[in-house]
Order: sequence, then structure tokens, then C-alpha cells
Amino acid sequence: MAAEARVSDFGGKAHVALNDPKLRANFRRAMDGLMAKRAAQFDDPAEWTALRARGAAIRARALARLPDLLERLEANLTRNGITVHWAETPAEANAAVLGILRQAGAKRVIKGKSMVTEEIHLNAHLEANGITAVESDLGEYIIQLAGQAPSHIVMPCIHMNKVEIAELFADKIEGQTYTEDVDELCAAARKALRDRFADADAGISGVNFAVAETGTLVLIENEGNGRLSTTLPPLHIAVTGIEKVVERLDDVAPLLSLLPRSATGQIITTYVNMISSPRKAGEKDGPRQVHLVLLDNGRSRVYADVQLADTLRCIRCAACMNHCPVYTRVGGHTYTFTYPGPIGKILTPQLEGLDCAGDQPHASSLCGACAEVCPVQIPIPDLLARLRTEAVRPASPAVRGGGSGRSLADTLGWAGWTAMYSSPRLYGLSSRMMGLFGNLIPAWMPMLKQWTRVRTKPRFAGKSLHQIARERGFSND
Amino acid sequence: MPASGRPHTVYFFGTCLIDMFYPEAGLAGMELLKREGLKVVFPQKQTCCGQPARNNGHQDEARAVARLQLDAFPGDWPIVVPSGSCAGMMKVHYPELFENDPDHARAVAFSERVFELTEFLVDVLGVRLVDRGRPVTVTWHPSCHSQREAGVVEQPKALLRQLANVTLVENPREKECCGFGGTFSVKQPEISAAMVADKVASIEATGASQVVSGDCGCLMNITGAAAKSRKAFTGTHIAEFLLERCHGR
Ligand code: SF4
Repeated sequence: MAAEARVSDFGGKAHVALNDPKLRANFRRAMDGLMAKRAAQFDDPAEWTALRARGAAIRARALARLPDLLERLEANLTRNGITVHWAETPAEANAAVLGILRQAGAKRVIKGKSMVTEEIHLNAHLEANGITAVESDLGEYIIQLAGQAPSHIVMPCIHMNKVEIAELFADKIEGQTYTEDVDELCAAARKALRDRFADADAGISGVNFAVAETGTLVLIENEGNGRLSTTLPPLHIAVTGIEKVVERLDDVAPLLSLLPRSATGQIITTYVNMISSPRKAGEKDGPRQVHLVLLDNGRSRVYADVQLADTLRCIRCAACMNHCPVYTRVGGHTYTFTYPGPIGKILTPQLEGLDCAGDQPHASSLCGACAEVCPVQIPIPDLLARLRTEAVRPASPAVRGGGSGRSLADTLGWAGWTAMYSSPRLYGLSSRMMGLFGNLIPAWMPMLKQWTRVRTKPRFAGKSLHQIARERGFSND
Repeated sequence: MPASGRPHTVYFFGTCLIDMFYPEAGLAGMELLKREGLKVVFPQKQTCCGQPARNNGHQDEARAVARLQLDAFPGDWPIVVPSGSCAGMMKVHYPELFENDPDHARAVAFSERVFELTEFLVDVLGVRLVDRGRPVTVTWHPSCHSQREAGVVEQPKALLRQLANVTLVENPREKECCGFGGTFSVKQPEISAAMVADKVASIEATGASQVVSGDCGCLMNITGAAAKSRKAFTGTHIAEFLLERCHGR
């Protein structure tokens, strides 16, 4: 695949987003709603604490046995009649999907929501090879019409409001007259999609959990489009990352309780699909062929680092971004790559390299709102700090682009800082100087200039607490 | 901390920000402890917890500065810190910062002695405050690290509620980050500016005349932005606020 090389430009894109009042209002409103819904679900702290500990343990256990579980998954899927394809890179995954479609002579594809197919830019690849893929999840359908990428991993078009969607539909759907009535807009999408379902040669979907013990693909959704995409066409191709495996069917229930409650505040999604085989002899429906494409794309590299491997516990609920004060203000497209928000800030630099997305771990105040709500207890701020360390002092070969954040100014600056704060004498001297002359530092000095754009200049105290403590006779030891 | 009961002596870690910008908040913290009959020791060797370096990926530099603090507080008295953020750094991150280091055991023992000021006043000393101040309406701003790292959530509010003439109004967006984040505020100035603008607006909407916080980083950010945009409310560190109320000033 000839994906254009992309580089993160967080500051530049954030500037644009921050100056777009409509975008900011859309996100603020949507995130406030999602936070309230989630909070209502987890109003019992004891239940929440116990359940997320269980969720984290299930995911950690699966990852601890990942190679073994993947083998068992393949064996059990194969036994069930589902063909497994391994893809190390996006190009291999795209080639695998294209190969399956070509072999079946499929020309028209209907898609259920899948972030991994966004990650590999599958639609563009299929399009370039003469195959049309239509997104059937309403949010994905909307952004496909708009020619955009998802701005959120659960609600792909959350950056748009009703009016924008109404305008888009009137513009892009044949015969559609302008309406802001939500029911009418949904009906219009449903009508347009119905024909696409009917004439699809293949359905492509993602996977929420792949159960190793039984060879089952679990797929949750609210619109029924996932079920239609995976049952109506004669061919179903599921695409997912290798980390989505869980060991046992028993593991699914707690995760199914955590995921929708964290994501949308629903007790459970409207549809829970468990796919365990193609159509069997005598059955009246279901696809004749089912395939699973398992994508690595850097995940096994992440897996090789004990600390960073926690990233792979993620169940893609999006709670971290819903609660992120940065995401809420800059929106999903600021993150350039497929996964926005806190999970994106730790995952993207690992998948793409710190040399390409090294600014993302820094675009955080480390407030920790993400880790507080993560249903599988990923210590996101610690991983952000770890990636910041890899950027200046590379220690792990698992992280690509390590050291790319080094600069002379940064190194010297922190060397000076360390010299000052690790010597009581030097510190005492500097703080006395600051007390005397600090307030004369002009506001145009580099860091102060940024600070004073929206804030007054901080004032150095005439006497430090050290001095005051001495004068007031507070004992030194 | 001594195994049981009330200590007679405590260490005070003033924090670098308070040292240079808000010494009166630090002094108030020490006075509050003294009023409870404790001997307060302020080691002159202390500097900074090392968090700025740690948060910027400079672990070695952070460790060098942290090691000085291990040296500066050699006794086994509790270390009281008038900042949830620095307390969080010392409680949570010192052990991991010194992993595989000869000083690891010392760092762990140190971290176990660290208390955020209000946590210490409420959980260890069980202070009872008598309000001598005039009626005032305030709102509380918790720093992110005080709530989420130091685990200090209820204690400061419990102290404010002890004050008969203080009306504490809740800010519905209380838990949201003010956008300070140390170097974040100058490395991501525009995002930080948007965050602090929202924080200031949410505080203004409570109608409180003062925002009280346990962290001077947040206060520098919030009051700096409030003053620049000519808002009517002021900000005070909780130690200073409590002491003033007790003195009736
Ligand atoms: S990191 Fe945690 S909160 Fe964020 S999407 Fe993944 S599971 Fe959900």
C-alpha cells in the first residue's frame, strides 16, 4: 500500500482546532454527555473497583500468554471452519483482504465498524483495486460521505453536529432534501444502505474479542449493521489486531460489562454477535466463508517491552478520550493518526515511531483523568512519561525512533536545572538572586512569553521560604 | 511515621514553587502544624522533588535531585508537603525512580513518610479548627495529582467545612485539569490557555469570591489567568486560608 508518509503536527493542528468554536462546542457537548452517562453506570465505587480489576486481570492474563493463545485461537477457528490469515504489516493485511475478495470474485463490500481497517487504510486500498467498500455504521457512513477520517474510536463523526450532517446528506445522498430531523436523517441513511447490504458480495468487520478456547469472534454494536454485514453477504472477512485475543469464553462477560458502560453508558449494546463458524450444512443463513485477518503492525514490538505492553490491554472503549481535557478541546483529527486521545498518545508513537509522533506524549498535562476511568487500568500517564524518556534517553529497542527528542538546548537546560537543584548551595544562591532580580526578567523571555499570553507574570517573593524558616527559627534538623 | 499515634516532630518539605513564589503559603503550613503542638523541622538542604525532570523524560536528572531530598530528610519523622503534586511525586514515583538503585530501600521508606498537608492535618492530627473570620464564599480546586496520585480528595474539603463562616460551593467542573501541568503550560501554550480559560470561567460561575487550592502551580495558573482577564475572584493556598481564618484576619 502506498500510504503517504504522515508526521504528527499536534501543535499546528491544535491551533486550528482551538480556533474553531463550532468544533470545540461539538466536542465539549458530546464529551460532557458521555462522561455523565458513564458516571451514572459506575455510581458504585466498590463494584467499579472490583470489576475493572477483573477486567485488567483478564487482559493481562491474555497478554501474558499471547503467543500460546494466538496459536490456540488459530487452531480452534480453523476447526470451526474459519480461515486465519496473519499479517505483519498493513500492506500484508490489505493484500490478504484483497486476495480473499478477488478469489471470491467480490466487487461490492459492506463494512461494519472497524478501527483496524482504518489503521491499515483498507477502503483506499480496495478502491484503488476496483472494489467499492461502503461503511454501514451510521457514524462511519457519515464520515465516508464527508471524505473524512474518524475523530473518535467509538463515535466516528462526533466532531459534527446535526446541522453539518443535514447539509452533508442533502449534498451527497441522491434525492435527499434538507432536514435536521434526526429520525428522517437516520431513515435516509438506512434507505441508502439497505440496497448496499442487499447487493454486497462480502462483509468486512472488526472484532472486539477473539476467544481462544472456543474460536469465537465477539462483535458488539448498536445498529444491527454489524450483524447484517457479517451474516447477509456470502463472504465475511473480520480484521483485527493480534492483541484482541482473550483466553476463555468466561472472560468475555466482565469485559462486555465494562466496555459499553465505559464507552456510551449502556449496560450492554443492542447487539452482541458471537461468530463461531460459516454457514453449516442445513442452515438457512450466514456467510459461506468466514476469514479472520490478524494484524501485527508493530504490536509484537510493543509486546516485547514489559511496561509498554500494558498498552495492548486496551479494549477500545474510548473512555480515556471522553474524559481527556486535551482531546475535548482539540478533537480527534488533531492526532493525525487513527487512534486519538490518550490511548492514541501512547499507541501511535509506538506503532509509528517517536521520530514521527514524538510530540504526542508531550501533548498532555499528565492529569491522569484517563487512567482514572480506564476499565482495564492502563497506567496511561506513566506510559506517557516512559515514552518521553525514550525520546531523550532511549533504553528499549522496542520503541522506534528512541532518542529523536534529544536536542542540545534540552540537554543543557536540564543539566543546568539538575546542577542547581541538586546542590543546596547553588540553589540557595540562585533563589536569592531570583528573589532580588527575578521580577526584572522581561515578559518576552521565551518561556515567560508563552505564559504571559493569557496570564499575569508570576512574582518572585523577596524572601524564600528557606530564608523565612531560618529567620523564624525553624530547626534545620 | 512512628508506628502509632501522634508524632511530636515533623519535617516540612516546602516545594520549590512555594519557596520562590509563595513562601507565605509554606510558612502558614508550618504554623498550622506548630499550632497543633508539633515541632516543625525545615531542612535547609531541601530543594525540589524532581518532578519537572521526571515529567520531561529526564529520569537521571530527576533521580539526582530526588537523592538530595533523601539526604535532606534522614530522620524517621513524617514529611509534610503543602502540595498534592509534589507529595504525589514523592509517594508514588520515588520508589519507581530508584528501582535498581542502591538507594531504593531508602526511597521506599521516604515515600512512606510523605503526607500531603491537609491529609496530615485531618487523617493524622484530626485537627479541629475554629473560624474567626468574616463570612466568605469559596470554591475548591483540587490539583490533578492531589486527587489522583496523592489520593487526597475529601480532607481539604473537610477542613473547609469545619469553618463556620465559610460557605463552600462546589464547582461542577472541579475535577477537570486547570491546564498547568508544569512545563505543559509553556510547551503546549495554546491548549493550556484554553484549559485555564475554561477553569477560570467555571470558578467564576460558582460565584465564589476566592478559589482555594492545595497546589501553588494550579494557583499560579488560575489566578494569573483570572487577573489577566480581570475576573473578580482571587486565589489562596489552603494553608494560608486556614491560618487566616483561625487568626480572624
Ligand atoms: S486505554 Fe483504556 S480507556 Fe482508553 S480506550 Fe483503551 S481501554 Fe478504553
